[in-house]
Amino acid sequence: MQDSANKPMLDLYFMDARSKLIDIAAFMDRIARNQQTDDYRYCAFVEALNCLNSENRAESVLNAFSDHSTIPSAIASPGPATGALKID
Amino acid sequence: MRYIEPHAHMVSRTTDDYQALVMAGCRAVCEPAFWAGFDRSSVASFYDYYRQLTEYEPKRAARFHLPHYSWICINPKEAEDLVFAREVIQIIPKFLEKETVLGVGEIGLNKNSKNEVAILEEQVQLALDHDQLILLHTPHLEDKLKGTQLIVDILQQDPRVNPNKVLIDHVEEHTIRKVIEAGFWAGITLYPESKCTPPRAVDMLEQYGSSNRLWMNSACDWGVSDPLSLPKAILELRKRSFSEEEIDRLVYQNPVRFLKQSPKFKLDI
Ligand SMILES: [Zn+2]
Repeated sequence: MQDSANKPMLDLYFMDARSKLIDIAAFMDRIARNQQTDDYRYCAFVEALNCLNSENRAESVLNAFSDHSTIPSAIASPGPATGALKID
Repeated sequence: MRYIEPHAHMVSRTTDDYQALVMAGCRAVCEPAFWAGFDRSSVASFYDYYRQLTEYEPKRAARFHLPHYSWICINPKEAEDLVFAREVIQIIPKFLEKETVLGVGEIGLNKNSKNEVAILEEQVQLALDHDQLILLHTPHLEDKLKGTQLIVDILQQDPRVNPNKVLIDHVEEHTIRKVIEAGFWAGITLYPESKCTPPRAVDMLEQYGSSNRLWMNSACDWGVSDPLSLPKAILELRKRSFSEEEIDRLVYQNPVRFLKQSPKFKLDI
């Protein structure tokens, strides 16, 4: 719909994305320092980083964190969603 | 700039928020029935909530000259107890007749359980029996992909469902295509942390905005949320060189076109 060819996307978003990337690096350092790298959420996070090499990166990251089963569960799992799939 | 806030849980917000919405250009606010942040203990508790949505909240909004509409249902988070949920559903029809109620919502799924699916199906039937618009909540985070697919499948199985009269809310990059390609309306929710930022919303609008079946909302509630996220998205659209006409179509005309399918919604394009 919109012709984005000539829009200054880097002027708009580079500093913000740079800052978020450093935040991610610092988050990973923090988890490593505290020896929590075996948590299922962190494992899913590291796995999702591979999606940055795909074409539709945002969609791929969201898919990486998603439950891909298709049958309704017998009961609703307790507590809020945590953002990553816990495999028991 | 004029806009519609088509999804906001105003019972959780202050009068300052009403004032801020109006000053930012909001012309109408629509409030779906949802979870209170804790489970309600009785049918009477839902009855009182529906009265709040249909009687008290429109008066509170009117003090700021803002039309307030609502949607009525039992939300998916409180649908796990089938007996209780069905008792609540019994009291819904009389509220669907109220002059500011636009339809059945926000129904849908939370944890994608069998009982949630059963209550979703029963409330879709309720909407069809009473010729109501339908507003659907899709699950959060890791449950969204599966829940959105289940919802689309359930709706497509019933030939009485008219996709023009159904909006599936809280889409993200991994669910928007399947909702729009199935012919339903899609809602993009601007919500800090768990849903979508204004730059990502504009990315989706660049790719799918020509479909005319999209709206944006704040879904502001009792959690960390922002009732002014829509005006902030308008600013983002301007940064991305959308014309004023295009922005008006996305934030005002689109929601009005969907909502006007209910004869109770009084605003015009
Ligand atoms: Zn909501």
